[in-house]
Amino acid sequence: MPPKYHLKPKPAPSRYVPPGPYGIIEGDGCLNCAKCVKKSCAYQVFQKRAYDAGQMADTADSLCKNCFRCVQECYGRILSKSANPEYWSMGDEYWTPEIIGSNQRQAEAGKIPVSGGGYGGPFAGPGFDSMWTDMSEIVRPTRDGIHGREYISTGLELGPVHSPAFQSDPGSGGRETLRACPRVEVSVPFIFDLLPFREFSQPVLTAMARAAKETNTLMILPAESVRGELSPWMAHLVPLLPPGDLDRFTPLIQQCRMVQIYPDEKIQERMGEIKRINPAVILLVRIPLTPLAEEEVERLSRQGAEVIHILADGQGREQETSQPRFIKERIRDLHRALVKQGRRDRVTLIFGGGIALAEHVAKAIICGADAVSIERPLLISLECRLCGRCSPEEPCPVEIDRVETSWGRQRVVNLVAAWHGQLLEVLGAMGMRDVRRLRGEAGRAIFREDIEKEIFANIFGDKMQTRPVKAQPVQQGEIACAPET
Amino acid sequence: MLRRPEIKRAPSRYRNPVGKFKVQRDKRCTHCGLCAELCPRGVHQRMGKRMLSPRDEWCIGPSCQKNEYYCIRRCPQGALRMAVNPNLQALRDHRWPADLLLSNWQQAETGCVPYSDLEYRIGRSGGGFDRLRLRFPQTDPGELPAEEEVSTALLLNRREDRRPRVQIGVPFYGGGMSFGSVSNHTMIARARAAMAWDTFTCTGEGGYPESLKPYDSHMITQVATGLFGVSEETIQRVRIVEFKYAQGAKPGLGGHLLGDKVTPAVARMREAVVGNALFSPFPFHSVYSVEDHKKHVDWIKEVNPRCLVSVKVSTPTDVDMVAVGSYYAGAHIIHLDGSYGGTGAAPDIAKKNIAMPIEYAIPKVHRFLVEEGIRDKVTLIASGGIRTAFDMAKAIALGADGVVVGTADMVALECIRCRNCESGRGCPRAIATTDPEYSKQMDMEWAAQRIINLYGSWVKQLVTILRLLGLRSITELVGRTDCLIHLDYQPEEIDDDIKPYLTGSNGKSA
Repeated sequence: MPPKYHLKPKPAPSRYVPPGPYGIIEGDGCLNCAKCVKKSCAYQVFQKRAYDAGQMADTADSLCKNCFRCVQECYGRILSKSANPEYWSMGDEYWTPEIIGSNQRQAEAGKIPVSGGGYGGPFAGPGFDSMWTDMSEIVRPTRDGIHGREYISTGLELGPVHSPAFQSDPGSGGRETLRACPRVEVSVPFIFDLLPFREFSQPVLTAMARAAKETNTLMILPAESVRGELSPWMAHLVPLLPPGDLDRFTPLIQQCRMVQIYPDEKIQERMGEIKRINPAVILLVRIPLTPLAEEEVERLSRQGAEVIHILADGQGREQETSQPRFIKERIRDLHRALVKQGRRDRVTLIFGGGIALAEHVAKAIICGADAVSIERPLLISLECRLCGRCSPEEPCPVEIDRVETSWGRQRVVNLVAAWHGQLLEVLGAMGMRDVRRLRGEAGRAIFREDIEKEIFANIFGDKMQTRPVKAQPVQQGEIACAPET
Repeated sequence: MLRRPEIKRAPSRYRNPVGKFKVQRDKRCTHCGLCAELCPRGVHQRMGKRMLSPRDEWCIGPSCQKNEYYCIRRCPQGALRMAVNPNLQALRDHRWPADLLLSNWQQAETGCVPYSDLEYRIGRSGGGFDRLRLRFPQTDPGELPAEEEVSTALLLNRREDRRPRVQIGVPFYGGGMSFGSVSNHTMIARARAAMAWDTFTCTGEGGYPESLKPYDSHMITQVATGLFGVSEETIQRVRIVEFKYAQGAKPGLGGHLLGDKVTPAVARMREAVVGNALFSPFPFHSVYSVEDHKKHVDWIKEVNPRCLVSVKVSTPTDVDMVAVGSYYAGAHIIHLDGSYGGTGAAPDIAKKNIAMPIEYAIPKVHRFLVEEGIRDKVTLIASGGIRTAFDMAKAIALGADGVVVGTADMVALECIRCRNCESGRGCPRAIATTDPEYSKQMDMEWAAQRIINLYGSWVKQLVTILRLLGLRSITELVGRTDCLIHLDYQPEEIDDDIKPYLTGSNGKSA
């Protein structure tokens, strides 16, 4: 039996007091009574609380679980709760305080977030919040058979999956030598993208690289940043080569399993040149997600690109257009376009931008991505609050550059472990045992616009129309693998 | 004939109940007692020569300004202040916003819909029930059916299979909550309320405590994937047995009771080891097809020849097929649990993302059962986000026969939805805990009365809704989508407030 993929999350406490959503406010008029509610707190918030003068933060706000007992039991009525502005001002409309807070807790504990009570959020929302994933029930239980969680695979191969296993070696000068077609396997369907906002210190990069190795995924970083310190993790690094002369990167290309390039007019020549330096290397082509992405992807795939990395902006929106569509819709478009052309399995599609939670990974894959890339969640795991003030003049409020490498590595590993665990939940609920089976399975999801049309538009849409009551057929899964043409 | 248990006041068990507004009395107060004489709602009370702390929960806020008894203006010393309660900032739940919690608490205290303008019908989730409105035709009040003429009874067995024709007095019953996830007190309180209103409540999957013996006639026992505490004896005790295939809050995942909550009592009941986390697997490892499912149902029917069988499923894309399959396997009740349902512990990713909300599933299944020609042979029950009497009416108008409630019962016991049911010793408010020390915080009599009161308020509202729709029975409302408006499709806001039509006093007003 092959070894199972197993991560080792370990608690990695925050260096800074994480802002809690609600603060405790103590008014005047304490009666100094014997039955002080501070002593009976179920979570010992008041015994454990400390004031950190350096951070100007009260730990009570993050320890308190909002049970309201102190507020409701205090004899003097002097305790009250309120929203903590420090928490609610984190991030932006897309990267909400809840998303930041949840990822930070996952990076701290390495566990799947579990809670009691039902879901307290909105009915639905924009973007990824307008779809639900399917589950299996009675008539179609686990379609992959009976299995335990530990047998669910979240891994996939990047590269020209459906090309022949062996091909003639272009570097052999016409002699008939065959070599194995290169493939790189990752154990989770998400890779680490370039860190956003600015350049980060060596300890940050080293922490990420070590985490990438430990979790068996990949880390994209500028080729110039690949220094000697990172060489032990070279197999998990994907240097992004700048346009222009390749000579100075020859040794790097020889050491790597994958490199990333930008497309230009001479891309075919450039790909050939890189393959001559290292025939085993896999090429990732980095392109923006624009309204023209369909043509671009088709062109690149015909030119022999093996993996295309398509990037929306940080909030998952299309780029270079005044009316951007959301990445979820665009993944579906691009996937369907390639399926139609019969080329879907000749190229691996990795999408990035706006992937903020584990659920987004599953949903992006259902829409048609092979894998996704993440950036901000990596920084969030190092306590970044997305304050957006990354400049040399203003010091980072959580001093990310000063992280200890082993702590940073553990935090990122914890985040990956928590996301991996959540993917298993989703796959398990669907009765699937391989994440590769999830790709493009739009029939195993519920899209709000479809179900609205099927149910509510049918009932409330046009009151005047007499509508025969007719059940819709069960939505069939899209053909995920069209036959090769 | 509908059983009508006595409504008795059951005030908050906390010293400082949470109100929408906060009234403050400062040092200038001379304890003259004028405010206590003025306020008809009992916000101000004097004990002996001293004023007590204001009862915030009865204050109607700025809308009181028009009254000549407005205490803030009348206080001779100017010692009173009133403002929106800042504590409400910490109750940010879209499905259970502060207004809905407060209005549930008031109903549980008084058995009446709340005073003033607290929202008691919908939450703020921005979709589903919260975007649906009831549409009442313009009718002369004289032509409305009389209250006594309106029936809220619901028949649970429509199969004509010689099993008992079990009927409940109200179109709702209590959802499964296991011993372990909630306390013994909570279970008994729910059972008493169910008995008082001639309906049911469910043991959940965690054994059938002996303390529930007196309520056997109004209990449903659950057979779920872990089979915790299930024996032939427990199945033979009840009139309804429920198969839990899945739960809306965690569809496709098993149940999970964290180790801390496995106390000696819980471990004994579940035949497990103290302190060890307990998992119910998913799915039933003996059911991988509808044929297997039928065997399952037959097994229960064999063990208890008098019971009805309910099948609880969640809401995948093919929920309609699941429902039909369950019917052909012999189920009397198809219970759909929507994706936003409650739980003692579930992964956040599952609560938010897996399976569809109940508002879509009800019409989908209803329509399919009609098409199959079996709609009148099976009872369709909906749950997973039913918070108010209005949610019930909407669910039934969308096509359900009745509903199941869970979280609303907990809120009546003053659950504040902090969502820490799963951790440590469980609920610090003594509802979802089996910790012996915590459990003491709640009195059983009080708890039962709170739920009885809440149900009483719901029944009053349901009767009024039916009257305003010109209907004489809750069964006439099933599938009547013409009684509903969806604001996404018909953007004019309509007011379906029924308070003006409700009889009886509310709150402390004279």
